[in-house]
Amino acid sequence: MFSNPDLLHFIFGRLSLDSFPMFHEPILAVTFAGVVLGGIVVLGALTYFKLWGYLWREWITSIDHKKIGIMYIILALVMLLRGFADAIMMRAQQAIAFGDVAGYLPPDHYDQIFTAHGVIMIFFVAMPLVTGLMNFVVPLQIGARDVAFPFLNNFSFWMTTAGAITVMISLFVGEFAKTGWLAYPPLSDIVYSPGVGVDYYIWALQIAGVGTLLSGVNLIVTIVKMRAPGMSMMKMPVFTWTSLCTNILIVAAFPVLTAVLVLLSLDRYLDMNFFTNDLGGNAMMYVNLIWIWGHPEVYILILPAFGVFSEVVSTFCRKRLFGYSSMVYATIVITILSYLVWLHHFFTMGSGASVNAFFGITTMIISIPTGAKIFNWLFTMYKGRISFDVPMLWTMGFMLTFVIGGMTGVMLAVPPADFVLHNSLFLIAHFHNVIIGGVVFGMFAGIVYWFPKAFGYKLDPFWGKMSFWFWLVGFYFAFMPLYVLGLMGVTRRMNHFDDGSLQIWFIIAAFGAVLIAIGIASFLMSLVVSFIKREELRDETGDPWDGRTLEWSTSSPPPAYNFAFTPVVHDLDAWADMKKRGYVRPTSGFLDIHMPKNTGAGAILAGMSLVLGFALIWHIWWLAAVSFIALIGTAIAHTFNYNRDYHIPASEVVATEDERTALLAKQQA
Amino acid sequence: MVVCENIFQRLTKYKRMLSKLARGVAIASVFTLLTGCNLVVMDPSGDIASQQADLIVVSTILMLIIILPVMALTVFFAWKYRQSNKDAEYDPEWHHSTKLEIVIWSAPLAIIIALGAITWVSTHTLDPYRPLDRIDAERPLEKDHKPMVVEVVSLDWKWLFIYPEQGIATINELAAPIDTPIQFKITSSGIMNSFYIPALAGMIYSMAGMETKLHAVINEEGVYDGFSANYSGEGFSHMRFKFHGLSDAGFDDWVAKVREDSRGLGRSEYLELEKPSIAEPVHYFGNVDPELYQAILNMCVDQSKMCMNEMMDIDRKGGGGIAGIYNVMSLTYDTPRERGSQPLPSTKSYVATLCTTPSGGLSQEISSIPLFDNGVEDDRFSPVPAGVSTGF
Repeated sequence: MFSNPDLLHFIFGRLSLDSFPMFHEPILAVTFAGVVLGGIVVLGALTYFKLWGYLWREWITSIDHKKIGIMYIILALVMLLRGFADAIMMRAQQAIAFGDVAGYLPPDHYDQIFTAHGVIMIFFVAMPLVTGLMNFVVPLQIGARDVAFPFLNNFSFWMTTAGAITVMISLFVGEFAKTGWLAYPPLSDIVYSPGVGVDYYIWALQIAGVGTLLSGVNLIVTIVKMRAPGMSMMKMPVFTWTSLCTNILIVAAFPVLTAVLVLLSLDRYLDMNFFTNDLGGNAMMYVNLIWIWGHPEVYILILPAFGVFSEVVSTFCRKRLFGYSSMVYATIVITILSYLVWLHHFFTMGSGASVNAFFGITTMIISIPTGAKIFNWLFTMYKGRISFDVPMLWTMGFMLTFVIGGMTGVMLAVPPADFVLHNSLFLIAHFHNVIIGGVVFGMFAGIVYWFPKAFGYKLDPFWGKMSFWFWLVGFYFAFMPLYVLGLMGVTRRMNHFDDGSLQIWFIIAAFGAVLIAIGIASFLMSLVVSFIKREELRDETGDPWDGRTLEWSTSSPPPAYNFAFTPVVHDLDAWADMKKRGYVRPTSGFLDIHMPKNTGAGAILAGMSLVLGFALIWHIWWLAAVSFIALIGTAIAHTFNYNRDYHIPASEVVATEDERTALLAKQQA
Repeated sequence: MVVCENIFQRLTKYKRMLSKLARGVAIASVFTLLTGCNLVVMDPSGDIASQQADLIVVSTILMLIIILPVMALTVFFAWKYRQSNKDAEYDPEWHHSTKLEIVIWSAPLAIIIALGAITWVSTHTLDPYRPLDRIDAERPLEKDHKPMVVEVVSLDWKWLFIYPEQGIATINELAAPIDTPIQFKITSSGIMNSFYIPALAGMIYSMAGMETKLHAVINEEGVYDGFSANYSGEGFSHMRFKFHGLSDAGFDDWVAKVREDSRGLGRSEYLELEKPSIAEPVHYFGNVDPELYQAILNMCVDQSKMCMNEMMDIDRKGGGGIAGIYNVMSLTYDTPRERGSQPLPSTKSYVATLCTTPSGGLSQEISSIPLFDNGVEDDRFSPVPAGVSTGF
């Protein structure tokens, strides 16, 4: 049988023993050994402590938006470790590869690493962080019991995870793309990238993209249709507003990504010529399309972070947010403008001067509403009583760091200046400045801020502050040298340099990356330490920060049904308003609560998608056909599952609420 | 319009003054910090790059007008309204001020209007496609001056420079006389790259089957770095070359030196050269097939392929119709195999050539008879000049 190559090819497609790079790459061999050992420990522990059933019932099949939100964030943190490992490897390579020293990463490996770093950090760290936070917070903020389509939510999460797993498989089976994170053709065409790397890229993003798009639809409907009575659009918390705009952006932008990747797949799989050099293809079309998705994507990430800062600033300044309506209009203006600027990513592709100038100016205009937002946060601090808890520290770090990134962004928006800065390390410094200084700081602020709501105890402030300071200082050490290097004419994605005088700057940057590593470790430490000290850090009020929005009106962690009675909203900052007017929590008269039921369909469908993706990547056509039919069949079969809801009996609600009444009474006493 | 021009003139004048001053201050302060390091982007040797550096400085200063007060106020408010400072005023209900709102929207707006005007003007004056109108700030050029032409081709992973006027070509070495306007015509053999000499002028992408242009001038003698600024695969890091800014005499000597090399660059030599190689040493070609660049641009160095300009000409006349479908051949040369990776899962196709004249385009007899039975003579669709980037 093994002598028949045709049969082997039929069964395994392109897959062969040579496809496993850990047999000939020492770095991967060590990583693989580590992953296998770690995996055995985790799986063993799960089995030993008999946790499989618990995991399946309470988490994997859960359609509770809070648990799904938490799972998104866990996924993001796991992937952050992978993406950051890539970053450290790049920084180490660039710190040593000068002159005669080739460094420890050959181009073949290095090129995969920077591609994976970009893809993972955007799609599997930043996106799940943002989606996770929105999932957890939005229904609570608008006084809803779950999202509009709870099963879809679970399915979306598992599709995102399946995409992440696809990328992780490429580490040990085959290779990842060597094209840069946006896989520009012609380099990503089959002629120049004949391996499986680009196919891993395509299918990971396609599978995860389904999840992202559906979760966008879900949250839009949730926000539009499921707000508590009295909460008009202009009484929505700012985080909910930014989430709404972000999800509108997702729904409008992600189909473009899907379409452009489909076209690229047709080029690669079916010998078509959308983006090829020959037969009328045009790579410039790909570059346009991918950025028509790519630029809104930037705002998809940053808007929820802006929302977090708005909540955090007003809470920790103990004051209403300054300029709520201008904040909302600024968000909407940014949402619209984000579609009119994509060309600034390729001024240097040869567009005419008027086109370049138009897109340059629209880009600058975005800085006006963004500036207004910064001023609004600033004047919220004015005449406030600011307590510098960890979320507020992240916010302060953001305000001082983000403006620098904004400034360099506007510099890059001036086309003639972009001609000398484009693709340089200056650009790299700029977008890390806004993504780390904006999105990452925002997400950490959000995690620390809402952590007590999710788990019932606060995060340990010492390790939180350690994490903040190491991230902040590490960021400046890691990226300020890159601004300088950019002005020295050093371009991105280099794995070797001739000029030894540059080395000192790369060493400083590598040192910065080490500081950030300590920052990440401190954050993980804060999770561990806080878990150990959880009784000490316990919050029994449900409102540890003296919060202003509805999520703080319920217990921490909230019951499955979030609110025993749907709250009625009279003013902006509903919970602050309720507290001011002497709100009394109802303690009787509870009814049965209608809730959606858990289902394993999401995880199963996502698992099938993963198999389908793998089969397509390796050209295992029989497996692709089988898994595709199974996928469609299961999806149809699931529509016949009418057993999707249940009622939490009033007695159970009474028991839960009485427990909380007792806790609150103990607090008062 | 007159008013507009006046404003633009004043803006430019103001910009120049401001930028001179600012550049002095910025360079002085930055240089004390960064002694020994060469900020080539901020202190270039070509007039175009200098103007681009000025723009970086001007836009930075304009934005600092907003950003410095914001950063200062952030720190000041954080300190003043800290929880422990009970003397500071506390007003939890203060959340609106029309006057402040007007300021916080209009101040950035004013800055962006100024910067937008500068952007509009400078994007047009520094458009890489626009022929130069000055050698430097003091020396204007006549409208009908003829620039020196250099044809640039990015190959995997090296640069080919063809000097059509001198009839020579080089690999990975570029030279030009100072204070002479240069017109670069840029294309690629396959993968997208970006042609960038920071000391000379901003970058522009090189793309196969298309031509981008860059006009620039170098004002100081010296040896400068040039490289690809757009990642193009395995050998990208070594896709570097030296750009020599020479005196007129020095340039003549350099041309003579290149001509001494007896090697010629024709189609067959190019097809050999095109194969991927990493860290290719500098070499010279004493003479060049004058048609080569057009053939590279139209992706028909291999003469069995139809040239892009012929294809466009046929399409302009109504296309090849069904007969055209059969005029597709399988690509026999196989770049991926040269790269040492797996072979293609399927062979790629290309359009085969028809009978053509040596200068490209269809021969007179053929183009005068209807090419295929659906050929239409319709000139409403004006053809795109061969190989010019049609993107925008």
